[in-house]
Amino acid sequence: MKILVAVKRVIDYAVKIRVKPDKTGVETNNVKMSMNPFCEIALEEALRIREAGKASEVVVVSMGGPQCVETLRTGLAMGADSAIHVSTDMPLYPLAVAKLLRALATKEQPQILLLGKQAIDDDANQTGQMVAGLLQWPQATFASKVVLGDQRNVTVEREVDGGLETLRLQLPAVITTDLRLNEPRYATLPNIMKAKKKPISKITPEELKVEIQPDFKILEVVEPPKRKGGVMVGSVDELVDKLQNEAHVI
Amino acid sequence: MKSVWRNSRNWRRLGGVVNRGETIEQSPASKASALGSSRTIKDGGSWVPWTESKALSRALSLLDARSVVPLSDRGHVSSSLQHRRGYGSAPGDSQVCRDKRFAELKDADIVHFRQILGDKGVTVDSDDLEWANTDWMHKYHGHSQLLLRPQTTQQVSEILQYCHAGRLAVTPQGGNTGLVGGSVPVFDEVILNLGGMNKILSFDEASGTLVCEAGCILESLDNYLKSRGHIMPLDLGAKGSCQIGGNVSTNAGGLRLLRYGSLHGNVLGLEVVLADGTILDLLGTLRKDNTGYDLKQIFIGAEGTLGVVTKVSILTPPKLASVNVAFLACEDYVSCQKTFTEAKQQLGEILSAFEFLDRHSLELVLKHHDGTRDPLPDSKESFYLVVETTGSNESHDKEKLEEFLQSAMEKELIKDGAVAQDITQADSFWKVREGIAEATIKAGAVYKYDLSLPLKDLYNLVEDMRERLSDSATVIGYGHMGDGNLHLNIIAPKYDDKLVAQIEPYVYEQTAAVKGSVSAEHGLGFMKPKAIYYSKPPAAVQVMKGFKDLMDPHGILNPYKVLPSLRESSAISQGL
Repeated sequence: MKILVAVKRVIDYAVKIRVKPDKTGVETNNVKMSMNPFCEIALEEALRIREAGKASEVVVVSMGGPQCVETLRTGLAMGADSAIHVSTDMPLYPLAVAKLLRALATKEQPQILLLGKQAIDDDANQTGQMVAGLLQWPQATFASKVVLGDQRNVTVEREVDGGLETLRLQLPAVITTDLRLNEPRYATLPNIMKAKKKPISKITPEELKVEIQPDFKILEVVEPPKRKGGVMVGSVDELVDKLQNEAHVI
Repeated sequence: MKSVWRNSRNWRRLGGVVNRGETIEQSPASKASALGSSRTIKDGGSWVPWTESKALSRALSLLDARSVVPLSDRGHVSSSLQHRRGYGSAPGDSQVCRDKRFAELKDADIVHFRQILGDKGVTVDSDDLEWANTDWMHKYHGHSQLLLRPQTTQQVSEILQYCHAGRLAVTPQGGNTGLVGGSVPVFDEVILNLGGMNKILSFDEASGTLVCEAGCILESLDNYLKSRGHIMPLDLGAKGSCQIGGNVSTNAGGLRLLRYGSLHGNVLGLEVVLADGTILDLLGTLRKDNTGYDLKQIFIGAEGTLGVVTKVSILTPPKLASVNVAFLACEDYVSCQKTFTEAKQQLGEILSAFEFLDRHSLELVLKHHDGTRDPLPDSKESFYLVVETTGSNESHDKEKLEEFLQSAMEKELIKDGAVAQDITQADSFWKVREGIAEATIKAGAVYKYDLSLPLKDLYNLVEDMRERLSDSATVIGYGHMGDGNLHLNIIAPKYDDKLVAQIEPYVYEQTAAVKGSVSAEHGLGFMKPKAIYYSKPPAAVQVMKGFKDLMDPHGILNPYKVLPSLRESSAISQGL
């Protein structure tokens, strides 16, 4: 069984981001980029399924410019068998990514499509759901536990607002991962060396017969208003006065 | 599970720290003659006059007798207030007495300080003083009754002027993270804490020169610089608490000395207040200034005994985007050494840190330090390396690093390794190395030795001590391999003088035998003044004392520390 894992290259989680002075976006020049943490968790889960003997192949895919190859190398260094780079310079938003993934899934025929629940740069949380809809595959999002069954199905425990929900899905299925699913492994030297020989195939949206149109235009990006400091009040009367006349809550 | 010693009241008494009016046990021989050359030390379990101590004479035989200059004994009178320099300190039992030249604190003094600092800057409450009186390792406890927190250099000057005139002893204090008891009072010295002087004064982006007050916390400075494209040239585990004034006064080393050099090179200027209150403005911001003697150098590493640092001007390197951290496993120490040679050659200018730790250290930190994760759970090697590269080009650096790792693996210098793929992973590798110090404290009573040794001999001492102490203690070794700096830690269930006798002066003797340093970066503080002779000739110590007398004629700045007392030195010199 083949598992396809989609990973995204984002600004490193630990970096303090800055908005560009021209408000067109976040500063990415000279900033450390890494694999999206949720995508890492997705890849780790795929590797564990393969190590348990339930899958034969883990393919990692990323989309965008040439730097994606670095992220794919990380994926291969963690242990994926091969990688696919969907090469495009167009800005990619969730619907376009979902369409590309549909085309790839149709081509590669994986039984499980694993993604992170959202990317830490846009926090969209849409791609997994959209591609499931496009493929007409069952989906289990925010997975905190994934157990493969014998009858070509998978049982997934999901973290929802009310608690934990358990779903059983028939394969092929789309699963998006949440934080508590697993702790991703480090890339060890033997795997890093092996990764150099693993294939990274390149494909374009045109070859996949997917047309990418920008769905929307970003007007401006600004920092959220700075939080005002607290004020020490001198007496209860002052507090009541402020609550009434400044905060307007009583 | 070994108990946590930090808050146990009992073991504080074990160390021989006494309160006023109590005398501690003296050996019969020394009771007879409290002073002078018949002072006794323990040699092989029994008390002997120090002149007959085989251990001491072996150590001192390393010194050329002709170079010792006899000194006149100032004859300090011992009072009933005595302080044993316990917990693994200088060779032999030295009994430090409160120097009677120093005045005792009076109410009038406190009133005067309140006038200078206002009520907020003066603390006399014993609970608040508890923290300032105790060092980070909870080994040393002072008895100060007064903590002062100035806000300006002028206030520091007025305080010292008053103390100098009134012969009040002063202990300058920063973050209180020192490991040799140099930052806390020994008796009732007034604590001068500079934590309130924490303003950043200026930063020149073009040259990278940062000027700030001595009380700035190292991590805060780093955060300030990060958003401006620079970093501090030093980095140590205590960065969240240590202050730059203290770092300068102890010539702190740390993890990045390999790449950015020592503070002697990075500090461009200092503002220092001398013992008599004189404000010495050496706060230059020039990279090159050869006008006269470079006075600031004498204060860097003086541990607060020659002057109080109030402002620092420091050169900061640019923050480079591409940082890679690798955690490697080696079979034996020789492989570690060879890996270091390879790393220097193949990584060249991008190598920014090279640390090592042995298997025992790894197990200790995984057990006792929260949130650490074994980077190589499948490998069971004996030595681990943390190698960091910092450069400006991600792909160039990654390529160089991978080439180095491949070559090291092919030559079988490293058995296994992991490379951090993002900043969070890199931090988790560093946490393993940086967390060892804290883990040792949680593991039991720890004796720390910070030694500079030739690279090929670095680990021999650890194996030596392990054999020597066998079951009585756990011996771990780790440190800044790139700088030839070993942190030898010996952890026992409790502090025990018998154990100390087996460790010291053996460790110092072995270090002196290879011409190493008995204190690579921690300084001498209260713990090691007498050990200075293992690494410096008496003539040098004499010159140092000359400086001390010149800069601080009343001896009020951080007394009982760094340099051996005149009484101790004369005793040693007379013996030869």
